[in-house]
Amino acid sequence: MSALVVAHHSDGEVTPATRELISAGQLTGPVTVALIARTLATLADQVDVPGVAEIVTVEVAQDAFEPDVYLDVVAALVQERRPAATLVPFSVDGIGYGPGVAARLSLGFAADVHGLALEGSQFLATRSFYGGRIHAELEFPDTAAPVLLLRSGVWAPAEGQGNAGRSTFSAPPRLSRVRHLEFVAPEVASDIDLTEASFLLAIGRAVRDADGVAQFEHLAEQIGATLAASRPLVDLGLISRARQVGQSGKIVKPKVYLAFGISGAVQHLVGIRGAETVIAVNVDPEAPIFEVADYGAVADVFDVADQLARVW
Amino acid sequence: VALKVLVCVKTIEQLSDEFELTPDGREVVRERLETATNEWDLAATEEALRMREEFGGEVVILTCGDAATELGLRRALAMGADRGVRVESSARDPLSIAYALAPVVAAEQPDLVFCGVQSADSVQGATGTMLATLAGLPCAAVVRRIQYNETRRRAVIERELEGGRIARMEVHPPAVFTIQTGINRPRHANLRAIKRADAAEVKVFQAVPPPSRAYVVRRMFAPAAGGHAEFLEGDAASIARHLAGIVRERLG
Repeated sequence: MSALVVAHHSDGEVTPATRELISAGQLTGPVTVALIARTLATLADQVDVPGVAEIVTVEVAQDAFEPDVYLDVVAALVQERRPAATLVPFSVDGIGYGPGVAARLSLGFAADVHGLALEGSQFLATRSFYGGRIHAELEFPDTAAPVLLLRSGVWAPAEGQGNAGRSTFSAPPRLSRVRHLEFVAPEVASDIDLTEASFLLAIGRAVRDADGVAQFEHLAEQIGATLAASRPLVDLGLISRARQVGQSGKIVKPKVYLAFGISGAVQHLVGIRGAETVIAVNVDPEAPIFEVADYGAVADVFDVADQLARVW
Repeated sequence: VALKVLVCVKTIEQLSDEFELTPDGREVVRERLETATNEWDLAATEEALRMREEFGGEVVILTCGDAATELGLRRALAMGADRGVRVESSARDPLSIAYALAPVVAAEQPDLVFCGVQSADSVQGATGTMLATLAGLPCAAVVRRIQYNETRRRAVIERELEGGRIARMEVHPPAVFTIQTGINRPRHANLRAIKRADAAEVKVFQAVPPPSRAYVVRRMFAPAAGGHAEFLEGDAASIARHLAGIVRERLG
């Protein structure tokens, strides 16, 4: 039995996360890829990589994601094909239907999985709890075929020209109850471009309030850095969304990422994988950001900021 | 048109500096954990309260767990929710929790069900989507804006995608939304409201055993320190000096 990979695509491009799932799924041999879209031909070619035995195309009314459509199609496909596991990206769309497939069919489930192993024919999944401080190995005794939402950036995306068989599957006819209307591009402030900055001064929850943000704005200006932030300060309205780094913000690749008071949630760390040097200052020695940092300092962020302004 | 909004709230667990695993290695010793109300669920509660302020109706808070999990539920009551329901259950995985919550959704017949996108201690993003499926309701995940049109009884919502992109979608309630932080700024409760919420009667139901669980934890373990960070020691002044040197060198 092989694994079923559900492809994720947007704007006519299959996302790299999909090809990462194809790599992860090789544990049980070449995978089957399900592709749900309206314009199938060009998308199908993009998932025809080594390690794919079969591409199942499912024609639906539109290319844009609708949770009901994915839920119905994937649940029907799982019932027909009985895959060893169903692999879905741990993404905004993925959590919008993947857990539903598991609930509808009473299947095992885990999300943000960052390790996979096979024991006999049973999958074992590793994921984190408590902000990454504890890892857990999960087993799926109630079902042979879990739905697993995999963390991006863990498995190398499968590349190259494959030779997969093609087949079609008919979507169960049902009117979607969550209708896609349109995509709206993120609000951008034209003067802020985090993705091109070589030096980012990033601030997080510990900076707390408007006074704190102002202090770091001055510091950024003084040391020639572009100010960036993790989600909490943006949510509080203290800093523009255009300055947000992470999964729902910008993916950055500076030479230096200097982080003050950022604990390092998974969704934030996704955004800084491309940074050449990460320096983190945090009062909490257990902060997950130290796991990815090149240099760290366990200290009060305001004290270090004060001193940095003096010595620069 | 009065709206009934059911908000699912989780009391999350946080590791203190020192933690211990149980002898079987399957979980953390719970007595040593600190608890808090899940941040996403506070945003969900706030959004429900705002809808009640605009359209009238009722906000019901629902939680799953033992009596200790009423902490989050009572926090939401103190913010202004009308009443609370707890499903007594030892379930820890999202599918078991969704199975525990689903009968309350069926009994309450709300117009909208709000869950937080995820819980800070577990980060699976699953309970809301599973609950929707079990309750037979449509679901939109990671919602950062809701515009409800009462005459047409429809909601136009914005889902927050990767990179800050937005998907606008149309939903006809009843439906489940998982609410993203940043949709609002949750209000603080005053002392009197907190006292009243602490004394409020919370209806408790027993969970039926779930037909299947999402997973069973085989073992938990502290990850090997994967980090390679070189730590800068000393007082703030020496850290800053050292740090300035590294930055200048790396910028070239």
